[in-house]
Amino acid sequence: MAKVTIDGVEVEVADGTTILNAARQIGGDLVPPAMCYYTSLKDSGGKCRVCLVKVTQGSAKDPRPMPKLVASCRTPVMDGMVVQNITSPEVLEARKGVVEFLLLNHPLDCPICDQAGECDLQNLAYEHGAAKTRYEEDRRTFEKIDIGDKIKLHMTRCILCYRCTYVADQLTDGRVHGIMNRGDKSEISTYIEKAVDNDFSGNMIDVCPVGALTDKTFRFKSRVWFTNPQDAHRDCPKCSGKVVLWMKGDDVLRVSARKDQYGEVKEYICNECRYDHKNVADWTVEGPRHIDRHSVIAQNHYERTDLLAMKKEIERQIEFEKGKTLPEPNPSLTA
Amino acid sequence: MQALTNRSKVVVKKEMSFLERIYLPAILGGVVITIKHLFKKSATVRYPEKKREISQIWRGQHTLKRDEKGAERCTACGLCAVACPAEAITMTAAERVKGEENLYREEKYASTYEINMLRCIFCGLCEEACPKEAIFLTDRIVTTDYARGEFIYGKDKLVEPVDARVDVTPRQTAAVLEFKTQKQFSHNK
Repeated sequence: MAKVTIDGVEVEVADGTTILNAARQIGGDLVPPAMCYYTSLKDSGGKCRVCLVKVTQGSAKDPRPMPKLVASCRTPVMDGMVVQNITSPEVLEARKGVVEFLLLNHPLDCPICDQAGECDLQNLAYEHGAAKTRYEEDRRTFEKIDIGDKIKLHMTRCILCYRCTYVADQLTDGRVHGIMNRGDKSEISTYIEKAVDNDFSGNMIDVCPVGALTDKTFRFKSRVWFTNPQDAHRDCPKCSGKVVLWMKGDDVLRVSARKDQYGEVKEYICNECRYDHKNVADWTVEGPRHIDRHSVIAQNHYERTDLLAMKKEIERQIEFEKGKTLPEPNPSLTA
Repeated sequence: MQALTNRSKVVVKKEMSFLERIYLPAILGGVVITIKHLFKKSATVRYPEKKREISQIWRGQHTLKRDEKGAERCTACGLCAVACPAEAITMTAAERVKGEENLYREEKYASTYEINMLRCIFCGLCEEACPKEAIFLTDRIVTTDYARGEFIYGKDKLVEPVDARVDVTPRQTAAVLEFKTQKQFSHNK
């Protein structure tokens, strides 16, 4: 076990846990954002650099700080490590720079993109980025590619997080989907547009943090905030069958896997559940999906409030606030 | 409790005098007020023969603008509908096919776009939310009608005709025009 302090909050975690996962065990505002790290995908992480944190004390044995900001998704904790995330202006500044880099080649076609409203990059840019870009060159452009008959690839929107290639590698058999070329010429390809015909290939839509991979059966059907997400399940021989139905009236517009609070899918679903059962009668509807109050999807979205969970969350936040060091009082005001 | 103003009167229930009981002075007082108003300048105008002067940024009937080449600017992003406090706007999107590039500016467009003018409160939040400078409120007044159905304005009434453009330049203030010249904000190319 290793004791680690993140933003003044102490937590004890198993050896070998990364800083990001230690922060997630504390929860709340001090969790670094992650665009490429995905818990269930082996080797993911270390690419996008938005999870950079400052290590002010390496370990109890060697208390020297780490010379540079480190990617928290790839750095394991040491006993006695002290980490700064949101309490360090340096980290926030660096993160702002990273967001600007991620947005260099990202087109501002959010009004068209189907991912808008549930896009990780949109949230990240809103929280950490600046409203304007200093980039004056033309953005790189690619032709749109059909990956199979159900997935559309907009390479222009891709931020090269590699999550989808890990899905192709680890979830499906026979890799038909990888990254070609290098640097800003890098391109996700199914190797000369070879169709991905695996039962779990649709999950690359869910792992994509931006709108690069989108569901063609949902293409331009509705903005996501006009739909009503419902938790549902069915007996599926291939997968868990636990999904979210994105409904409009009685129509099921889209079926997706359930994402947790960090936007990660824990139980992947098969293509049959995703594409072939667009009928409410095929599903056992459990009830409205919990959507964070701050999300635009929560517009006109009603659900029963779990008061006990709310109380727990408030108590957790009070506990977190206690750990924060208060700013020094201004002596000129108190004198 | 402390009174908010000194204008409140304590109601006293007392016996009315003879003059008060016959009510004539009170009625005459009312008639005098009525006659006084006959000689005052009328507060109303005889619309539509006479029209009041309205502000240049008056918020009246909406228009969906076309760009310089005549293509529709609206891309059915739904931000106006989500900003609308009266929930008056609905739309469905469609994908532009090859050959329609001169009709629609972006690869997605609104195949239907409806504003319920009975629900609309003319607050102008749709205009403010629009990222494509497509929807504008104009100085035109929404006409009256006999049936409720007629107030649901579709694209036929909202999209400006190619040969009869609606001028919205007065609505674009100097600050807005300056904003558009900045390359760093050129989200609307």
